[in-house]
Amino acid sequence: MSTPLSIKELSKKEERFTAGHRMCAGCGAPTVVKMVLMATEYPVIAANATGCLEVSTCIQQFTSWNIPWIHNAFENAAATLSGVETMYRSLKKQGKIDKEIKFIAFGGDGGTYDIGFQSLSGAMERGHDMLYICYDNGAYMNTGIQRSSATPLGADTTTCPVGSANPGKVQERKDLTRIMAAHGIPYVAQASPSNWSDLMKKVKKAHEIKGPKFMNIIAPCNRGWRSKTDDAITLSRIAVNTCYWPLFEIEDGVTRVTYKPKEKKPLVDFLKPQGRFKHLFAPENEWLLNKAQEVVDKNWERLLREEEFTAPRSE
Amino acid sequence: MPKIVAVTGNEAVAEALRQVDPDVCAAYPITPQTDIMQRFSSFASNCKVKTEMILVESEHSAMSACVGASAAGGRVITATSSQGLALMWEILWIASGDRLPIVMPLVNRALSAPINIHGDHSDGMGARDCGWIQLWSENAQESYDNTIQAFRIAEHMDIRLPAMVCLDGFIISHSINRMEYLEDEKVKNFVGDFKQLNPLLNIEKPVSYGPLILTDYYMEYRKAHEHVMSKVPGVVMQVADEFEKMTGRKYGLFETYRLEDAEVGIVVLNSAAGTTKDVIDDFRAKGIKAGLLKPRLYRPFPYAQVGEALKHLKAVCVLDRADAFGGSFGPLFMDIASSLYIQDKKPLMFNRIYGLGGRDYMPDQAELVLNELAETVKTGKVKSVKEYIGVRE
Repeated sequence: MSTPLSIKELSKKEERFTAGHRMCAGCGAPTVVKMVLMATEYPVIAANATGCLEVSTCIQQFTSWNIPWIHNAFENAAATLSGVETMYRSLKKQGKIDKEIKFIAFGGDGGTYDIGFQSLSGAMERGHDMLYICYDNGAYMNTGIQRSSATPLGADTTTCPVGSANPGKVQERKDLTRIMAAHGIPYVAQASPSNWSDLMKKVKKAHEIKGPKFMNIIAPCNRGWRSKTDDAITLSRIAVNTCYWPLFEIEDGVTRVTYKPKEKKPLVDFLKPQGRFKHLFAPENEWLLNKAQEVVDKNWERLLREEEFTAPRSE
Repeated sequence: MPKIVAVTGNEAVAEALRQVDPDVCAAYPITPQTDIMQRFSSFASNCKVKTEMILVESEHSAMSACVGASAAGGRVITATSSQGLALMWEILWIASGDRLPIVMPLVNRALSAPINIHGDHSDGMGARDCGWIQLWSENAQESYDNTIQAFRIAEHMDIRLPAMVCLDGFIISHSINRMEYLEDEKVKNFVGDFKQLNPLLNIEKPVSYGPLILTDYYMEYRKAHEHVMSKVPGVVMQVADEFEKMTGRKYGLFETYRLEDAEVGIVVLNSAAGTTKDVIDDFRAKGIKAGLLKPRLYRPFPYAQVGEALKHLKAVCVLDRADAFGGSFGPLFMDIASSLYIQDKKPLMFNRIYGLGGRDYMPDQAELVLNELAETVKTGKVKSVKEYIGVRE
């Protein structure tokens, strides 16, 4: 019997990712990890790319992981987990293990969009039965807020700092969720900790699907976003409601937007509370602010069209 | 009965891997290693092994997947050469730091640039300090025997370290040698079942692999690794003794050839040792007391034993099939010099770099070196410590 997704029932579960880790106060990532691991009853083995989550959760003899966990390097969480999963299949085939075990990789956007992209793409193409979770905070936060290919247009980072010759990041984000969908894997989804029930349902669903699965989950970082410490969930909700971070899933090629805001909020609602976008409100950067809104609108429109286009036809 | 065969080095290594029958193999092609993994894949495709293959998209992922699979709790292999090993380099340290007994044949090949696919030891030398065990092999027979023994050494409960088995690209990997294959049952019994140690797949007892360890304890971990390395020679000898009982073939930390009563000696790794031994015989016939030392266990390097074996010589030439740029001398020379430095009596020494990028090592090169050794003994002077031989001026 799997635990119903009600806070009352979930609160009774044993924690697989325990307290005492050293993630920053107000970080979105541990909340994401807790939700992901709470969403399933199956035994889980996790792999972790080098990054904030990894360095802060297993230090010397202390570990927050109440499940088997492996950290290898920065760019190879997917390849590492593919090895664990293959050994599992080998020993299962030989009758040396009989349990049903699920495999989850966690990587930040640097370890997933950038340096770990090849490893991820390879593991997905090979069809390993695993779920890759990217917690996307939009920069290399662990090393001190350097731009990644997930950094949003216009953001101020320490490697594209705003200056007289530079208005912040001048490129758009890489749309990794869609790139993963283009791998033709059976399940791809985007989620947000603000919509916890949607997030956990997606994890649950992913575990019931055989083969490679990918989920991209927004995880606010108050240090890098220059936002208030207690704003992680609020900001991730605004990200969803402005359609900056739409919630959707692509299952066997069928796209479904799992949450449509009643009223699509302007992107500035998301940008204003974050110090990394402060400069966009200067008159000379108005063009960039407008462009950022246009990009969000374009992507949202495309997603809605895609949903319509891929919907199963009723007779 | 053992079977006498005529096979290439790669074929012999693939056969050893088939007989060992590991649980998981990560494979990525690179010349001259490709042939091993092609043959092994064919065994997997035809139920000749139970191995699950991971056909990765790079050597970096090959070693990464090996780390995951080995930590999961089973016997794991891969194989590589040259650029492939260079790409793995980051993860080699993680495999050894996590104490994972992965076995990897390394078909030695030159490093780019310029790109070159032929036999050369630059690849293995570049990975000599990464905490792996390295066994070097002269011919197909030794490559086969070392591959089988590598599992026993790596998986020994006192060791639990990854091991490379090195053989010369093309010269050995692609040329046909006469050798003996053991019976499948014998290899199976010799290697035995894999013993798990803290497997990730044990859900009942969750373990964390790959913690962050900073200034407070990192150094103690490194010292512990060095301590484990120091136990390797003992285990190598123990495994060699058992192997000799089974096969009659004797292995040690290194091989000596006519060295005991020699006055001059050559130290050389892998395939060039064969040619050198032949030329030594010719020189012995001419009355020059020459001998040879061929390291087998190159990492950890048995400094004390090698020094003991060489200290009585009047002059030694170390032949290096790799250079260590900026380190003044070839890598093997530096190890031999260190081995002899601790001895009271030291031979005169010089270093010759030969055979880079697959340049043939011919008998005339061994003759050149032996003549120079005889000359050095006569004059009591080393003409030049380091030179390239078999090279255009």
